[in-house]
Amino acid sequence: MSIDFNTPAFEVIRDEKRCIQCKVCVQQCANSVHAYDEEEDIVKADDMKCVNCHRCVLLCPTRALKIKKYSLEFKENANWTSTAINEIYKQAQTGGVLLSSMGNPKPFPIYWDKMLLNASQVTNPSIDPLREPMETKVMLGRKPEKLEFDLNGKLITEIPPQLELNIPIMFSAMSYGSISRNAHESLARAASELGIFYNTGEGGLNRDFYKYGKNTIVQVASGRFGVNKDYLNAGAAIEIKIGQGAKPGIGGHLPGEKVDEDVSATRMIPEGSDAISPAPHHDIYSIEDLRQLIYSLKEVTDYKKPVFVKIAAVHNAAAIASGIARAGADAIVIDGFRGGTGAAPTRVRDNVGIPVELALATIDQRLREEGIRNQVSIIAAGSIRNSADIVKAIALGADAVYIASAAVIALGCHMCHACSTGKCNWGIATQEPELVKRLNPDIMYKRLINLISAWNHEIQEILGGMGINAIDSLRGNRLMLRGIDINDKELEILGIKYAGE
Amino acid sequence: MGQNMKTIDALNMNYRDLNNLISETAEVDKNITLGNVYGQRYIGRGLPKKVKIKIYGTPGNDMAAYMDGAELEIFGNAQDAVGNTMNDGKIIVHGSCGDTAGYSMRGGEIYVEGNVGYRVGIHMKEYREMKPIIVAGGKAGDFLGEYMAGGAIILLGMNLKKDEDLTGRFCGTGMHGGTIYLNGKTEKYKLGKEAVKVKLDETDITFLKKHIDLYSKYFKKDLTALKPELFVKYCAVNKNPYKNMYCRY
Repeated sequence: MSIDFNTPAFEVIRDEKRCIQCKVCVQQCANSVHAYDEEEDIVKADDMKCVNCHRCVLLCPTRALKIKKYSLEFKENANWTSTAINEIYKQAQTGGVLLSSMGNPKPFPIYWDKMLLNASQVTNPSIDPLREPMETKVMLGRKPEKLEFDLNGKLITEIPPQLELNIPIMFSAMSYGSISRNAHESLARAASELGIFYNTGEGGLNRDFYKYGKNTIVQVASGRFGVNKDYLNAGAAIEIKIGQGAKPGIGGHLPGEKVDEDVSATRMIPEGSDAISPAPHHDIYSIEDLRQLIYSLKEVTDYKKPVFVKIAAVHNAAAIASGIARAGADAIVIDGFRGGTGAAPTRVRDNVGIPVELALATIDQRLREEGIRNQVSIIAAGSIRNSADIVKAIALGADAVYIASAAVIALGCHMCHACSTGKCNWGIATQEPELVKRLNPDIMYKRLINLISAWNHEIQEILGGMGINAIDSLRGNRLMLRGIDINDKELEILGIKYAGE
Repeated sequence: MGQNMKTIDALNMNYRDLNNLISETAEVDKNITLGNVYGQRYIGRGLPKKVKIKIYGTPGNDMAAYMDGAELEIFGNAQDAVGNTMNDGKIIVHGSCGDTAGYSMRGGEIYVEGNVGYRVGIHMKEYREMKPIIVAGGKAGDFLGEYMAGGAIILLGMNLKKDEDLTGRFCGTGMHGGTIYLNGKTEKYKLGKEAVKVKLDETDITFLKKHIDLYSKYFKKDLTALKPELFVKYCAVNKNPYKNMYCRY
């Protein structure tokens, strides 16, 4: 057996003067970092196991704990960073494909932070949303070319199915299996109360949650887990998942150890069996085939549910989006390369795909040029971090956004990036009953409501500042955006002017 | 059957109208005959138990998608993705089927008199008492039972010409559940690395006998010459094939 070349990533620092050996940290850490030594009457820590989730720090009654980055320097080298070296140690030891969680952490440009918003001064007065009406409601779905009325003024055009959102924010797909039952319940209840939607992800819908169907989007991915007629009719819309921003072009894989009795019942697969989602849908090899799936879903739901198609933001996203619109989808979801994940091969997560900002701008532009923008709604996803990102996304052409990382952070996620271990100390990305019950949906759904309500206020304030009183008037209104610290090509793709122009 | 048999002439009907008419009719008459079917898609989609449809002609792709208990009998060939994501029910095809028949089916039975195309039974699963079954009288194309997670595929391999093989390549690749029974061996190079040959036991022979008998009954063929004990059985190497593929960092 050779030496393990990997060193701890974090160091647990215990203030012995403060520690009262109450063992809360021992009980709370699912990674078994802390252990009580009876002989010495002290609590010890194994740094190697620490993922830096902050659970022990926050629950320590005497604030005796701190977690620091393990201070061990390699010889300074801009090319061979400590991460690059440690990854090689890990792979040389295990022969494994590197697996990571959450979104792309690399320092690629974040275009949200390179765009600035406009506000009214003197002309076109700004609006105070606290005292004046401000509309943030949006309707997602295919809009007819024209509206026709009979002689009595009654609408005769058949309006395709629409989703009505009080706020242009939805909770993005996270499957039951990747996240816990209590996390799902929190999302479902918050969506119901807010008049928005949450997405089941590809792991089916637990029977207990059918009651939130009015605010549920059910997902159909290549594994077709839990997909049957009841499931498809249980939600308000159906989303075909072609790709995910964190891992474009590859499938999904829920390891058998996370497929417990309840997950198995929801996915309708045997307990303990791996849930493998093939990379492609094997009934879709073309836009025409995609149309076939879209219409099979419409057929079995009596054309009453909008069908979304979700793709990862990749190089030719605009052409693909045009095909999706022509295939009959009611909405396109475009998921950028910073989107989160329970688990993705590190190399794919960090190197495949493009930023959602660029993909969104090109898709909106392409659909307008082709005169088919009205045929689909566009939903932007893949690391929307705050209300300003949302306002910028809408100005770039989105109808609404999906959030998932931000939603789980609201539920207590501390971004330790260890979801794939299944030992989430916050009860989010785990199926272990002892951990799941740490997340109390009665409390947590309110935190989601707080977050979305606060963002809605902020969106209204920013809109009001621009002198706009309805979110519909902002959509694709790129004059409200200016670029900063980006080059001409980036400005061209984003379709915006430089600050000062 | 008989008295209440309702006949629908599908000639020149758009699939949406046809499927609507079938659903409306099924509310009243559970036994329906479709004539002049020329490629209309999604016939039988989501239909529940007790509905029985006889189809004359060639139904289009995604026949019996999400079907939930109905029985379809096709007097002709069927196209691609028969029984796509089907939950329950029975399909009898007096002819051959195209590609991806039984894609992701979770329950129910598909009997095909002749051959089946590529990627048949891909990602079939099973759940509790639901165990989907595909029986085909002839041969199958490449990727038979790819990603198979449950249920059973039986190939009877009858009427093959000298240069025809029972299966194509990559049979059972990515398999992590379920069983493939072949009447005859498939060359080792054609087998996916996740599938392994397993000895037949008594349960297998009883199971095979039952389905061979059903096949004879449905297609009125004398199959007494077929010997279930000579079939070859393939199963998944294990149900967690990619468990040791990753390292977390």
